[in-house]
Parts: sequence; C-alpha cells; structure tokens
Amino acid sequence: MPSAFAILVGLQLVGEVLRQTLHLPLPGPLIGMVLLTVLLVARGSAGAAAQRAVPPPLLKAANALIANMGLLFVPAGVGIIAELGVLQQEWLPILAGLLVSTVLGLAVTGLVMHHVSRVAGAGRRALPEAAAE
Amino acid sequence: MGHVLLAVWQPLGMTPLPWLAVSIAAYVFGQMVQRLCKGAPLANPVLIAILVVCVLLEATHTPYARYFAGAQFINFLLGPATVALAVPLALNLNHVRRSLPGVGLALLAGSLTSALSGVAVVAWLGGGRAVALSMAPKAVTTPIALSLSQEVGGLPALTAALAIAGGIIAAIVGQTMLRWLRVDDWRAHGLAAGVAGSGVAAAQVAPLSGLAAAFAALGIGLNGLLTAAVVPLVALLWPG
Repeated sequence: MPSAFAILVGLQLVGEVLRQTLHLPLPGPLIGMVLLTVLLVARGSAGAAAQRAVPPPLLKAANALIANMGLLFVPAGVGIIAELGVLQQEWLPILAGLLVSTVLGLAVTGLVMHHVSRVAGAGRRALPEAAAE
Repeated sequence: MGHVLLAVWQPLGMTPLPWLAVSIAAYVFGQMVQRLCKGAPLANPVLIAILVVCVLLEATHTPYARYFAGAQFINFLLGPATVALAVPLALNLNHVRRSLPGVGLALLAGSLTSALSGVAVVAWLGGGRAVALSMAPKAVTTPIALSLSQEVGGLPALTAALAIAGGIIAAIVGQTMLRWLRVDDWRAHGLAAGVAGSGVAAAQVAPLSGLAAAFAALGIGLNGLLTAAVVPLVALLWPG
C-alpha cells in the first residue's frame, strides 16, 4: 500500500513539475494520470499481459480510491456555502443552466458514443456485467 | 446541555480534526441513507454529505475557510485519486483503442453541447456575464474548471460549486436517462459521466464496471483538453 501511494503521489508531483516548467494548461494530477497510463501500458507490452502489468498493491490502492471518490468532493462542494449571495440573486439562470447543460451533455455524449461504436462494429457489451475487472 | 456542548466545541472547533471527522461521518451517513433507499440515485451520498456539513457550518457560525483548514486533507486525496484513474484506463486499453472514432465524435459533440448550452441558458434567462462564463467550464474536472473560470473572467468559487453540482446531477440522472434512451453500453455510460459530470459522476459509475471507469477517465482527461481550448473562445466572442 505505501509503495502504491508513493507511485500515485510521486506521479502527481511529476505532473505538477511538468505543468509548471512546460506551461501546460492541464492540472498536475491529470498529467500524472496520462504518465501512469503510459507506464502501465509500456510494462504490459514489454511482456506481461495487461492484467499483470498493474502491480497488485497499486491495483488495490487505485480501486480503494476510485470506489470512495465521492467523499473526496465533499470539502470543495461545501464551498457553495460561500457563494450563497450570487446564488440568491441569480438562482433561476444558474439552476436552469446547470440542469439543461448537464442533461444535454450526458445525453449527447452517451447517444453519439453508443451509436458510433455500434456502427463501427466494435465488440458491444450489454449492461449487466460483472463488477470492476 | 447546550452550554456543555458549546464549551467542548469551541476549543476543538479551532483545530482541523473535528471538521475532518464531520466530513467523513456525513459521507458515511449519506451512504447509509442511500442503502436504506435501496440505492436510489437521488439519495446521492455526496449531495447528502454536503447538505449536512453546510447545515452544521451555519448552525455553528463557522466560516468556510476554517472548515476547509480541516477538510483539506480529504480534498488533497483528489490528486492521487485522479492519477489512479490510469489503472482502469490501462486495464481496458484494448476497448479504448477499438472505440477511438466513437470517443472522438462523442467527446466533441458532448463537450460543445454542455459548454455552449450552459452559457446560452444563463444568458437567455437574464444571468450576468460572469455567471454565464462561470457555467461554461463547469463540466470539466474541478481544478481545470477553476483555472479556466479565472482566465475568462468567471467566478472561480462559483465554477467549483457548479462543477460539483453538475456532477451530482449527472450522477443522479445519468444511468436512468441513458437507459431510457436505450444506451446499454458501459463504454457510453462511462464516457458520458466523464464528459458531462467529471469526477463526481465518474465516482458513481466507476465502482460498477471497470470498463465504465476506463471510459470515464478518458472522458475527464480529453474533455479537460477540449474545454480548455473552447471556453476562452466563447469569452472572446462575447466581449464584456
């Protein structure tokens, strides 16, 4: 578990450093995600199959973090309390904009993805599927 | 009784520990409520936890900055959790490679729809320019949304709140609505959650399927790149 955390935090740090030195418009953790994907894929193609390319402690730590990711958004979400002034003044446009854009964004992304990949004939999967692979 | 509670609370309320504990407890409570509601998406644990903490902050007259001094330790874990999304992405790389054309088109369509419709609805209903521009980057992951909002003259704190609120809405309606639209494919569910609801909605679908987690991670990353290019354009076309 500590080794896995060292990898995750370490790559976040590398991402942060790259962002500042190369002036990338992306946050450090996202650059870290790209780096870790590349590392794992390189490890996978170097010999081990994709499943074995991920060290078990890393798999465990990643699954634990992803399964509880909701909790991590609570502190930033509570920040809405500091914006009550604007919310009271413009609650209708804010609420309507939020609902419309989120629902439309979901529907358009989901529908296009679903139909394009069906036309492309890639292996389709029905919804009832075993949990995390 | 009230005096005793106050006497215990006041010195503790200054240290980070109580608000850290309150945040976790509120989330556990939210999970219990969702379980009691037989997993109803409306009983979203993130939403419940935020409401509970907000009520407690109001009741104890605690400023947000003091709350965050404690809760920032949870907030910090968002970084490693974002990096960790690489694991499902790498494990499902074969699926990702095979559906790249679909991912590209869906991302372009979904990302533009989400950013432009948000700005249009706010402007149409008489919202101010700063509020409308705060809405534009709200579908991307919170740290990107924050810096974009700042760059184009939105209100960063409002954008952060909108990003999480939008994520909660996407988490609540996403699966039901997409199934109603006959989208029965974990890749589409995951990508839609990542593009329209970023991390909060991804947190809802990721534990259900590794494939959905992979496409949600892809959606978050690519949508961040695309929105970072589109939102400054919107601001340019709409001089303040």
